[in-house]
Amino acid sequence: MDDDTVMGAAPGQDRECADAPPRPVMDGSRFDRRRFLRVLGLGSLAVVPLPVLPQLLRQAGLAEARPEPPHGGDAAHTRDGRIRQWTMIIDLRSCDGCQSTGKPPRCTAACIEGHFAPEPMEWVEVYEGELPGGGTQFVPTPCQQCENPPCVNVCPVGATFSTPEGTVLIDQERCIGCRICMAACPYDRRFFNWGNAPIPPEALLADYSAEHQIPAKKGTVMKCDFCPDMARAGTLPYCAQGCPNGAIYYGDLEEDIATNGTALVSVSRFLSENDAYRLKDDLGTKPRVFYIPGHGEAVGRDAFTPDRQPTEWPWMERAEGAATWKR
Amino acid sequence: MEALNDWERRLEETALAPIRRTGPRFWAVVAFLLAVIGWGAYAYSVQLRDGLVVTGMRDRISWGLYIATFVFFIGISHAGTLISAILRVSQARWRTPVTRMAEFVTVVALVCGASYVIIDLGRPDRLLNVVIYGRWQSPIIWDVLAITTYLTGSITYLFVPMIPDLALFRDRLGGRTSRWRGWLYRTLAIGWNGNAAQRRSLASAIGVLMILIIPIAVSVHTVVSWIFAMTMRVPWDSALFGAFFVAGAIFSGIAILIVVMAILRRAYHLEEYLTEKHFVYLGLLLATFAAIMIYANISEFMTHGYKLREGVEFHFRQLFLAEFAPLFWFYLLGGLIAPIVIALLPATRNVRGFVAAAALVTVAMWIERYFIVVTGLRVPLMPYEPASYAPTWVEWSLLAAGLALFALLITVFTKVFPIIAVWEVAEDHEATVAGSGTVQPAPETPKLAGEVG
Repeated sequence: MDDDTVMGAAPGQDRECADAPPRPVMDGSRFDRRRFLRVLGLGSLAVVPLPVLPQLLRQAGLAEARPEPPHGGDAAHTRDGRIRQWTMIIDLRSCDGCQSTGKPPRCTAACIEGHFAPEPMEWVEVYEGELPGGGTQFVPTPCQQCENPPCVNVCPVGATFSTPEGTVLIDQERCIGCRICMAACPYDRRFFNWGNAPIPPEALLADYSAEHQIPAKKGTVMKCDFCPDMARAGTLPYCAQGCPNGAIYYGDLEEDIATNGTALVSVSRFLSENDAYRLKDDLGTKPRVFYIPGHGEAVGRDAFTPDRQPTEWPWMERAEGAATWKR
Repeated sequence: MEALNDWERRLEETALAPIRRTGPRFWAVVAFLLAVIGWGAYAYSVQLRDGLVVTGMRDRISWGLYIATFVFFIGISHAGTLISAILRVSQARWRTPVTRMAEFVTVVALVCGASYVIIDLGRPDRLLNVVIYGRWQSPIIWDVLAITTYLTGSITYLFVPMIPDLALFRDRLGGRTSRWRGWLYRTLAIGWNGNAAQRRSLASAIGVLMILIIPIAVSVHTVVSWIFAMTMRVPWDSALFGAFFVAGAIFSGIAILIVVMAILRRAYHLEEYLTEKHFVYLGLLLATFAAIMIYANISEFMTHGYKLREGVEFHFRQLFLAEFAPLFWFYLLGGLIAPIVIALLPATRNVRGFVAAAALVTVAMWIERYFIVVTGLRVPLMPYEPASYAPTWVEWSLLAAGLALFALLITVFTKVFPIIAVWEVAEDHEATVAGSGTVQPAPETPKLAGEVG
């Protein structure tokens, strides 16, 4: 063994002696190669249990038994037992952005009032988009309830999830507030409780559920929940109820039926016959919200009359010591 | 032989000096850094009380200075491990006085960087959910895994080559220092006595670690970039992002290493070991990575800019012409072009020139990280007015506190652990002396020296 003379040069060169005859060194040194490899091996073994750690924690009763958060209610079924697939159709021909009412968009207002949504959040936001030939259209935009939701994919803790009914919900009792879902959403439909949101007293009485997100919790993400609890009870979502023109249809893809409160339509027929489209369809997110192109012509709006009313929310004055933030 | 022993004694004295003598200047620095960290702690307590509303972030620009600083710190953590591993693998002799500091920087930067993720959380009280409910599909979980692995790996990689030096401290300082120090060096030296078997084990352990740490380091910054690249935001939608981030990480890592070396060299009088050669070599490496960064920027901007897909025009306008243009041009000219110019001009190819270049690069790379985060989120997704974002005093305070923590941890490290790899430098020196005596030709040394002249 000429190791000792080589040692003086560079530590790396030592490995070249690997094919030398077995080392006779058994001088009881406390840090030989064998011992080092053993420590290294044990060290890497310590990393192996990492993937099963969550299961172990759950079994030990330190975490909830089920990895899925509570959905609020059991899924609604059709008469023949299929799970309902909630959908929304927004008929832009009937949407004038509530310019004729002289008030903020009624869908947005109804949603905010119904959910006690913190002030700067507009879960259903009415955008004024430009038309190809000039002029504008109003586009009420709720959460698109994607079937391939980018937000659900990136959530580190499974706080946002797809339900069997095809909606995307957020469990604000699990959310850690990392906001990667907000970066991932291509529709800008997620909102953060930046501070202690002003909460009207009656909101504090509600039992929290991911399906209505009342009361708002500081440091968590919120968004349109598609009101599946209301649909199961036989009512339309707040936005559909609020719309004075009946532009918002809500229904079930499985039974192929939707309504705006007055008219009843067959979803497939209604979509196909009216050239329905989905927002940013090319992204492959497969939204559950469909649009029928238009600019309010059915309710007498001229596409070349722009502008939208200022927004002021109904319950603000009731929330005591309300302090809020700008969008 | 006499001269060699003399030289070794001087080396040991230099390595031991920070531990033997602690002047008032040191305490002044520590007190200042602690004050800054204390101020940051106050700012964080305000944020905990009121929520993230005290920051400048809002729904449309929902990440800001914190995430940018996280990326920046994880980037400079590549200073150490990767640089020292690459230099070890390529058996670059001149590395020996540099590696220890580089490995310090890695560990400290990782600790600082990881804390920004927690600072950025809306619900830090639910941090454990990441373990309890962690989903393998989420880039955040990839990050948690990669960074913890890297932290473990780089602590090991810092510790293992330090064992002989810890034994040296144990022997030289035994009984002549405080009890906890004696205990610390005794424990950490794990019975090292420098016999042949131990030396062989050490060499093979370092051999394994230096290879192992390279893929880990590369993976870390790749998955950091995937936090962004896995979303559908136009400016982040790039397959190049991982490589781009890794290159930027090594680039900023070299820069911060040069800065730290310059400061420690002056503070602890290491001029004999950290010579002009080391700054010039690292400076040339810095310039090389500046060139790689320029290449990455060009390919990124060309592939996006040529087609001008939706949102790209807005993005380019805000970067090159409008809101962010002055600082972005500073990044391009001061951070990428300037280091190359400094390396090319003989007049600036010296310690001072490269320290200036490194300082420029450090600032520019922080700006680059900030712009990646903020401008990426600012491109509107729907027909709304572009949002604006400006960090508040809370965010600036926490940035200052993070930098102060980085400096403080390095300062404390230098007072406890050997800042120079004594045994490696000694071996290198012996080999060089022997090499000049034609006993052991050491091929790399003359070649590298010849390159720089």
